[in-house]
Amino acid sequence: MAKRNMVEAINRGLMEEMERDPSVMILGEDVGKEGGVFRVTDGLQVKFGPERVVDTPLAESGIVGTAFGLAVKGLKPVAEIQFEGFLPPAMDQIMSHISRIRTRSRGRFTCPLVIRSPFGGGIRAPEHHSDSPEAIFAHTPGIKVVLPSTPYDAKGLIVSAIRDPDPVLFFEPKRIYRAIKEEVPDGEYTVPIGVAKIIREGSDVTVISWGAMVREVLRAAEMVEKEGVKAEVIDLRTISPLDDGPFLESVRKTGRAVIVHEAPRTCGLGAEIIARINEKALLSLTAPVERVTGFDTVVPLMKLENHYLPSPERILRGIRKVMAF
Amino acid sequence: MIEKYDPLKGEMLQILHPDGRLEEILRPDLTDETVQTLYQKMVLIRLADQRALTLQRQGRLGTYAPVYGQEAAQIGSAYALGKGDWVFPSFRETGVIYMKGVSLKDIYLYWMGNEAGQKVPEDVWVFPVSVPVGTHPLHAVGAAWAAKLQGEKICTVAYFGDGATSEGDFHEAMNFAGVFNTPTIFFCQNNHYAISVPRKKQTAAKTLAQKAIAYGFLGIQVDGNDLFAVYAAMKEAREKAISGGGPTMIEAVTYRFGPHTTADDPTKYRPDAELEEWKSRDPMVRLQKYLKGKGLWSEAQETQIKAEAEAVLNKAVQEAEAVPAPEPEEMFRYTFAELTPTLEEQKADYLAFLKEKEN
Repeated sequence: MAKRNMVEAINRGLMEEMERDPSVMILGEDVGKEGGVFRVTDGLQVKFGPERVVDTPLAESGIVGTAFGLAVKGLKPVAEIQFEGFLPPAMDQIMSHISRIRTRSRGRFTCPLVIRSPFGGGIRAPEHHSDSPEAIFAHTPGIKVVLPSTPYDAKGLIVSAIRDPDPVLFFEPKRIYRAIKEEVPDGEYTVPIGVAKIIREGSDVTVISWGAMVREVLRAAEMVEKEGVKAEVIDLRTISPLDDGPFLESVRKTGRAVIVHEAPRTCGLGAEIIARINEKALLSLTAPVERVTGFDTVVPLMKLENHYLPSPERILRGIRKVMAF
Repeated sequence: MIEKYDPLKGEMLQILHPDGRLEEILRPDLTDETVQTLYQKMVLIRLADQRALTLQRQGRLGTYAPVYGQEAAQIGSAYALGKGDWVFPSFRETGVIYMKGVSLKDIYLYWMGNEAGQKVPEDVWVFPVSVPVGTHPLHAVGAAWAAKLQGEKICTVAYFGDGATSEGDFHEAMNFAGVFNTPTIFFCQNNHYAISVPRKKQTAAKTLAQKAIAYGFLGIQVDGNDLFAVYAAMKEAREKAISGGGPTMIEAVTYRFGPHTTADDPTKYRPDAELEEWKSRDPMVRLQKYLKGKGLWSEAQETQIKAEAEAVLNKAVQEAEAVPAPEPEEMFRYTFAELTPTLEEQKADYLAFLKEKEN
């Protein structure tokens, strides 16, 4: 088996799906000749030709809106939006059409497509290159939202996303694009959409996270272990539909929960998770649920970015707080 | 004059030929002394660009989008503007915003990752750079519309590239400008690449300037590496705008000698021969030839100009690097006019965390 980082793993997943299914195509800005600004589609245009890996004009609404048309007509477009900060021009197409066509046509028309987008902060990037808008899309009925935290899951999930009967927004945490290498097998395997995973077992506190923050949470879990606290860590992997079973079961066991996300705090996904805990596991709680998050501010540029992003120390503080309650 | 150049017929305004010969009959009101000064500004901007790349490689500055090759388009167009005209730049406008009064220190400060660099002085009408491509021409139209309603004799300029003309917002901006006859100049630097995608893949149209025709106003192609042509077109478009003649689109045909930003490698998507061909049309070289013919340029003068520019840059970098990292409070401070109770709470909690960390 080969060790791969997330960029290579997604590239491999795309390549294998394009080999398997001739209706899969890729479109976006700089995805062809350049191979994507992060090299996720590197080599694919050479392999599959410029009609299946298409450099489009610079127009996000154009990319996503035509992907809708390609999908309803029977192709399987994988559209790339170069950075999550450039999704806003495509929002109209996503919110008004892509997420609704199944409902509006009562199932007569569907648009199974994938929108891939590098996501989140931590790479000292310019403005509009470090946002975490997952909750906006989780709040949009009719589109699934996936956010892997490891190369293995990224490959398995991109394959599932391409095969899914519904539109999927596939966020790629750019901070860990090349930070983690692990065994990523060649050939077919899938990781199901809508299934969270316990990635570290523990009995004292449940820590729920996703994307690039998972690695920070694991660091905090190591730190708190030295204080005798065993943290159970859950990686959601899919934001929508939200798989609440594993964290509810865990909270019933531990009685304590900390949610960690990079996105702004207010109306972040953490709020929904707390609501689910309140609805379904309130009486198991022995402490109020804590959130460690970004702030309700614009993500700052690099001089302040590390203050914005939740650090292992901030997560540790959150865990200590619920433990001390 | 600008209405004489029909983009549909492939006509392009050029006043200074690549060999340094000037079409005297078309010469705008630029004295040789002024040309010499503008040439010095172009040298400064080219060196400022190189300095930014060096700083980026040393980890002292973040991702940067170089101007390299577009100095005439930027210095010439900005020089034609009035002090009170408003500029809405994209992210590759170091030359323009410097000419409009943004200090090199602030420009570096911004690319070093400090938002304070975007806070321009009170009498400077330059907006923060617009990173989302093609979104800001609408703002220029709105501001021009306001100026018109307020009876102010100014124009606004949106600076953008060839890639931006593919965005929906660009077309909405052009349409509004036409409908409301706003004093707006759409200044497109067609540098032939949007990251890796060549101009010919952005639109099936032969020129970008011709897009203006569909929106009911004038579009003109100018040689973007010709300081005289860029200045002349901009000056005329400005006069037309402030006298109620409405919008103009200027397509300055130029070429990006460097990468899109420090994050990409143009050799991957661009033939060397094409670059070399364009280098023979370098806006600086052309101007040198012209000035030399007038006895206003020599190697010795060039050395001196460069030395003076380097001194200016040393000072700017030094000043930018002397600015201390912003306090974490700055992150919250400008979200609203007044901090909301929720933001107060978040700030207090974070500052408490920092304090705990110290102890």
